[in-house]
Amino acid sequence: MSESNMLTQPNLLGIRGLTRQDIDLIHATAKEFKDVLNRPIKKVPSLRDFTVANLFFENSTRTRLSFELAEKRLSADVVNFSSAGSSVKKGETLVDTVNNILAMKVDMVVMRHPHPGAHHFLASKVNVPIVNAGDGTHEHPTQALLDTLSLRQSLGDDLSGKNIAIVGDIQHSRVALSNLWALKLLGANVRVCGPHTLIPRHLHKLGVEVSHDLDETIRWADALNMLRIQLERQGPDDSVRFFPSLREYTMRYGLTMDRLSQANRPLVIMHPGPINRGVEISSEVADSDHAIILEQVENGVAVRMAVLYLLAQQRG
Amino acid sequence: MQNQVLIPPAQFALILDRLAHQLIEHHDFSETDLVGLQPRGSRLAERLQARLKELLPGEDIRCGKLDVTFYRDDIRTHEKPLAPNVNVMGFTVENRHVVLVDDVLFTGRTIRAGLDALLAHGRPKSVALAVLIDRRFSRELPIEPNYIGKHVDSIGAQHVLVEWAEEQEDDRVILLNSKPQ
Repeated sequence: MSESNMLTQPNLLGIRGLTRQDIDLIHATAKEFKDVLNRPIKKVPSLRDFTVANLFFENSTRTRLSFELAEKRLSADVVNFSSAGSSVKKGETLVDTVNNILAMKVDMVVMRHPHPGAHHFLASKVNVPIVNAGDGTHEHPTQALLDTLSLRQSLGDDLSGKNIAIVGDIQHSRVALSNLWALKLLGANVRVCGPHTLIPRHLHKLGVEVSHDLDETIRWADALNMLRIQLERQGPDDSVRFFPSLREYTMRYGLTMDRLSQANRPLVIMHPGPINRGVEISSEVADSDHAIILEQVENGVAVRMAVLYLLAQQRG
Repeated sequence: MQNQVLIPPAQFALILDRLAHQLIEHHDFSETDLVGLQPRGSRLAERLQARLKELLPGEDIRCGKLDVTFYRDDIRTHEKPLAPNVNVMGFTVENRHVVLVDDVLFTGRTIRAGLDALLAHGRPKSVALAVLIDRRFSRELPIEPNYIGKHVDSIGAQHVLVEWAEEQEDDRVILLNSKPQ
């Protein structure tokens, strides 16, 4: 029982700031929770004296459901909040909103917020563990943790030297940045692939390869993480476009069975969801044996249980 | 005061043998499963399983390894975070008789968590408890074992350590004067 049972951070604000040991600890704990989820009774009493607030200042379906299920399967009490129809619309500040909720004796906050860094700001103002469920285009750490766990289950526990490509809208993707940090920590070779306009300049300085050629990337990769085009983050309809048309994007960067047949080895295909079938990935590929999209979702609940369980003990 | 050997290797083997015979006396192993509590109780359960297989050739004796970490009542009050162990059940205990196995029975809290954890794998017909060491007079819950290797009267600060030949050089039980770090 050494300090390796403990995360180095009191919050989960992003993958940046975590260590390799943190990721290994979360994955090892998640594997045990995955076992729990396959029992006749899929619930443990670990956090029965604990209350978690899910604050969603931005739309979400699967992340929110996944967190809520994770909390309930740990026997925590759960309160949900979404900014639609709340006092936020009446002009209340973030810190006031959260402090009001904490005054109702809440022990942990899971938050999604449209502003990058909102969680870092909040963590300096309140004294409960904060879990980032997505902050704007910045980070989405639990998604990266579940993606890397799924990869380790498909490609083997040791990802060092494996070639992982993240394809699509890198510019607007918090999944891309968190995945990039996590994959680097696990020793994988990381490449991003997409149109020039959707890849931030200077990204190569983070130690990743940049490619604009999907076919060549398919021949290079062991696994592809296909990202959705985030039209909602690309400005209003009349603003400058990042690419001429969705159809052209699909022609150059859509993953089809034809394209996949060029691969040098069996490729693992991931997608963080929601899928736009026929845009970044064809239905055939999404439903093929290559895709581990539903395993990702299953791992998501286990990974979030692990994060909540470990953080809840930090300040026990 | 020196650390004291409570059970030397020769006596250890006799005790395992006696426990196995006691289990056969009271259980029909076509309806009974062994479930060891991780990490140390499952070692004893595996040893008992191996001995029972020798004594009952042809009988399929099942042995699960149950991890109770997520069911403990001290998860958030423990000084250090509790890391889970691997849980290997592989069968449900619905309508089965179960012998729960642990190495040392002290406060009874681990067994309480073990009963909870066991119920997540089905509703057993009955549950009995077998332990190698029963530290009497230190119980915090009304839990008593059915099968006991040896009674030990000790004070709270002391620690009973079971060593296994698989990990250390020999099977034996030692009474330490303080909890090892």
